[in-house]
Amino acid sequence: MTAAVSLTNVIKRFGPLQALAGVSLDIGQGEFFGLLGPNGAGKTTLISALAGLIRADSGSLQVMGHDVVSDFRVARRLLGVVPQELVFDPFFNVRETLRIQSGYFGIRKNDDWIDEILANLDLTGKAETNMRRLSGGMKRRVLVAQALVHKPPVIVLDEPTAGVDVELRQGLWQFIRRLNGEGHTIVLTTHYLEEAEALCNRIALMKQGRIVALDTTERLLAEHPGASLEEVFIRTMRA
Amino acid sequence: MIGFSTLFYKEILRFWKVAFQTVAAPVLTALLYLLIFSHVLDAHVRVHGLAYGSFLIPGLVMMQVLQNAFANSSSSLSQAKITGSIVFVLLPPISYPAFFAAYVLAAMARGLMVGVGVLLATAGFIDLQIVAPGWIIVFALLSGALFGALGMIAGIWSEKFDQLAGFQNFLIMPLTMLSGVFYSIYTLPPFWRTVSHYNPVFYMIDGFRYGFFGVSDVPPLTSFSVVFACFSAITLLTLELLRRGWKLRG
Repeated sequence: MTAAVSLTNVIKRFGPLQALAGVSLDIGQGEFFGLLGPNGAGKTTLISALAGLIRADSGSLQVMGHDVVSDFRVARRLLGVVPQELVFDPFFNVRETLRIQSGYFGIRKNDDWIDEILANLDLTGKAETNMRRLSGGMKRRVLVAQALVHKPPVIVLDEPTAGVDVELRQGLWQFIRRLNGEGHTIVLTTHYLEEAEALCNRIALMKQGRIVALDTTERLLAEHPGASLEEVFIRTMRA
Repeated sequence: MIGFSTLFYKEILRFWKVAFQTVAAPVLTALLYLLIFSHVLDAHVRVHGLAYGSFLIPGLVMMQVLQNAFANSSSSLSQAKITGSIVFVLLPPISYPAFFAAYVLAAMARGLMVGVGVLLATAGFIDLQIVAPGWIIVFALLSGALFGALGMIAGIWSEKFDQLAGFQNFLIMPLTMLSGVFYSIYTLPPFWRTVSHYNPVFYMIDGFRYGFFGVSDVPPLTSFSVVFACFSAITLLTLELLRRGWKLRG
């Protein structure tokens, strides 16, 4: 079966900084995959390269077998990305934002799915509210909704729960788990390691642009008996 | 195609939601220029045999078309870049020619809307004739597109609002103000007359004015050739920058 995400020797430099130092990785379809590492490890750079927001210096990146550069139209249609930064367009309300985002992906009539996303993210009551008037947590949920409007088979969540309160976080994870259960591949970066431990079947730990550990969550924990993922993470980063 | 039409619609909606600032305000500014200059000069100055107020209106219309077309694409892109919301148009599978066309057409729409607004607002004050409507339309569309594309370059290049303001104040404003909006270049000393011929905006305004009065400083076909050449060059440059992802895709 074609990998949902396939990375081969991806290298990216920003001047003297080696952001990605030859990352190779396959993520299978239907996986709930955790990409973890300290700030500056290269997680967001890797996601940006996968999403076409930056261009890798060398290496190959594919989404469901489609190259993100040479076959970018198909690759981008298959990918939904929740960016890390809390960004929004202040001119529009939530529904307009989601309709516009649907249109960018070539979908004209998408209100049924938009309503379903809004309901699942507890945003129905805010559908006609301007983005500027939303709290930080709500803006974050709209970002998740924007990534899902075109029902992508691969969903990348770059720290989606930063600034989201506990109750809403639970609701978000319930929805994402459902999507994963329906066959969507989920790639998650988070600094909440207990979330990654509970959700992800497989985890890659990144440090200084390289993958330093890659295994199922179960085996990673088994290698350090009695340790939590947080302890495994700290030990790996100090090694 | 839906991606392109959505981006175009979004860009239209973006300026229309603040139409008081983006459409009504420039119309008022042009009207004030007209009232002040025509009040002071109408009785004393004739240009190409026309009353000064009549001569001034096409120039004011074109100046607003250019400045607003530029402002639309440049502010939209720079704002999106600086706030980070540019990701929403970079993540989807929109091709770079579609991206270019959507921004330029929306910029033209705003420029033309303001231009028509200025014409309508001034129609009650001065009797304006139309000799060659074809040239009016050609110069308005082509010049609006050129400044829309130029606005894209400025918006993509700017990393701070300060840089965009610099582009606007030190390049666009002098080019438009010193292009013959307020005077015929034949009233200038020979040196400045020669310099004016190197300003492409002069040809936009002169050709546009020809459509109204049938008189101009240079033949309209010459003006068209210059404007078309500039439009083609700026379009090719913008498309190449977008293809490379210059300052958009790191």
